[in-house]
Amino acid sequence: MAFEGLADRLQNTIQKIRGKGKVSESDVKEMMREVRLALLEADVNFKVVKEFIKKVSERAVGQEVMKSLTPGQQVIKVVKEELTNLMGGEQSQIAVSKRPPTVIMMVGLQGAGKTTTTGKLANLLRKKHNRNPLLVAADIYRPAAIKQLETLGKQLSMPVFSLGDQVSPVEIARQAIEKAKADHHDYVLIDTAGRLHIDGELMNELKEIKELASPEEIFLVVDAMTGQDAVNVAESFNEQLGITGVVLTKLDGDTRGGAALSIRSVTGKPIKFVGMGEKLDALEAFHPERMASRILGMGDVLTLIEKA
Amino acid sequence: SKTRNNFANKVNDLVARYRKVDEDFFEELEEILIQADVGFNTVMELIDELKMEVKRKNISDPTEVQSAISEKLVEIYQSGEKTTGHINIQEDSLTVILFVGVNGVGKTTTIGKLAHMYKQQGKNVILAAGDTFRAGAIDQLEVWGNRVGVDVVKHSEGSDPAAVMFDAIQSARAKSADILLCDTAGRLQNKVNLMNELEKVKRVIEREIPGAPHEVLLVLDATTGQNALLQAKTFKEVTNVSGIVLTKLDGTAKGGIVLAIRNELNIPVKFVGLGEKMDDLQAFDPEKYVYGLFSTIIEKEAE
Ligand SMILES: Nc1nc2c(ncn2[C@@H]2O[C@H](COP(=O)(O)OP(=O)(O)OP(=O)(O)O)[C@@H](O)[C@H]2O)c(=O)[nH]1
Ligand SMILES: Nc1nc2c(ncn2[C@@H]2O[C@H](COP(=O)(O)OP(=O)(O)OP(=O)(O)O)[C@@H](O)[C@H]2O)c(=O)[nH]1
Ligand SMILES: [Mg+2]
Ligand SMILES: [Mg+2]
Repeated sequence: MAFEGLADRLQNTIQKIRGKGKVSESDVKEMMREVRLALLEADVNFKVVKEFIKKVSERAVGQEVMKSLTPGQQVIKVVKEELTNLMGGEQSQIAVSKRPPTVIMMVGLQGAGKTTTTGKLANLLRKKHNRNPLLVAADIYRPAAIKQLETLGKQLSMPVFSLGDQVSPVEIARQAIEKAKADHHDYVLIDTAGRLHIDGELMNELKEIKELASPEEIFLVVDAMTGQDAVNVAESFNEQLGITGVVLTKLDGDTRGGAALSIRSVTGKPIKFVGMGEKLDALEAFHPERMASRILGMGDVLTLIEKA
Repeated sequence: SKTRNNFANKVNDLVARYRKVDEDFFEELEEILIQADVGFNTVMELIDELKMEVKRKNISDPTEVQSAISEKLVEIYQSGEKTTGHINIQEDSLTVILFVGVNGVGKTTTIGKLAHMYKQQGKNVILAAGDTFRAGAIDQLEVWGNRVGVDVVKHSEGSDPAAVMFDAIQSARAKSADILLCDTAGRLQNKVNLMNELEKVKRVIEREIPGAPHEVLLVLDATTGQNALLQAKTFKEVTNVSGIVLTKLDGTAKGGIVLAIRNELNIPVKFVGLGEKMDDLQAFDPEKYVYGLFSTIIEKEAE
């Protein structure tokens, strides 16, 4: 059941070409079929795969691959380059508002990792950027969600703003920003409840918070193991809220993480960070090239090393 | 539900749209299955078998393939029929159910829902707070305990989960409980240390009660893609998983990976989660699930 990487997948075709000594257009087509399978197996959305293959095929049929002495390697190179390009450059900066505090909203499906990532971001902002964030417990629905954030706050020795679970999240956000101003916090990180993108009522709640808080960043938190549905989720959150970036969590697992490509290509928004564990320092900048290797099953040893 | 009908409609559209059974046709069929997150290998197998059938019978008309497609799907449907949502309940002694799975899939919530279900059946239920790691995990289970009206056995955060299980079993015995539902911390299947810890938790339960745990339920998030198959494989190796709970089916994901899991690992789905409230749990009905997934094709076949 081990996943086959793209290199393995291309072996047969490459052998055939070696026998003939020449690359034909149908060889390229065959290789593209393998690329397609490798991407599908990595959970890249099938529509995204289709577009991608079209683009890569054009390049591959041209000089680069057909005239190459090592067509297999050339295909991998082209595919990897295009994948890396598609995922954008490295963009792990966090916006700063001209009028502090800078507000960041964390949104996403249930269990994606929003609360944990809120804690990680606060930690990063303090450690790396010398900031003084206020954490805001705006999830009034999930049992003990507030307690969870408070525990993280305690671990970080950082204040958590909460009004219990009987006050609306919109009101919580409003008062939190007041409080942040009064106490000179330069960042406000709002942890919101997990919700389905098709839940109109709860999506409206997020719109209201956005309206009121004018966040500089709205981070969509997505589980790296997400399958084909990633495009629906990302597209819908982006349409309804206008997200500014994505955090891909649980990348310390053994998923290929094709969702990264799907999300990036349907929203056009950068993947800014990746979650690499449950601990509060396990947040890293997103590296498009590493991610491309991983999706193609080229063994990104670095990210697969067990960190438990 | 709607999404599943969409799936079946797509197959019908496909058949109607193509004049000829060719590579493109199969590619599109493949995509329909992939889109539902049906496991990659299972899809490839299915497509290969169909291709062979088409060749053997010299089929070129797509409507003829449709019958072959439905035959194959009915095969899965039938193998599904054998596996029921039965839970191995001990009628006159304590039943222990252990919950395992990766992070954030819905283990704790499912325990709350199941506690509610058994409580309503008049059973005496106890919960074991075996997630001593994640921030707020114990409180979360306690909120569920209060909500449903059942006791929760807990230690402090950071303590040994195996020790929690030991105590929970003693407590369940002392109170002559019928059912003990054991929560565990979420863990990714590639974390060897954490999987070893889980094995130890299970061993303590086995040692205390011969034959226990009576069920080991792997909780899977329906939005998960191909990785769910690896999850099932590894958790099965470590804890001998007896069934699956497929959560978050109220979203737009279809959870088709459970077909691959049944196909490749033969683990049945026992419950499905359809929301965050205590009533949002249903026994898995394989007939309904697969029928829902493929209904239009099967119906057409029956005409
Ligand atoms: N291994 C690993 N686990 C993670 C990571 N990020 C979050 N988690 C775990 O995933 C689970 C869910 O995380 P939460 O932060 O509670 O997720 P959430 O999105 O706030 O969940 P809801 O509020 O219920 O919607 C927890 O067990 C976390 O410890 C990560 O990068 N790696
Ligand atoms: N929509 C929906 N949400 C669900 C369902 N089951 C659980 N959830 C939500 O998913 C999130 C995670 O659920 P938990 O029960 O905390 O998951 P867990 O597996 O115990 O998580 P960890 O202990 O952190 O590994 C919570 O916000 C739940 O309310 C479901 O069937 N549908
Ligand atoms: Mg949360
Ligand atoms: Mg839990």
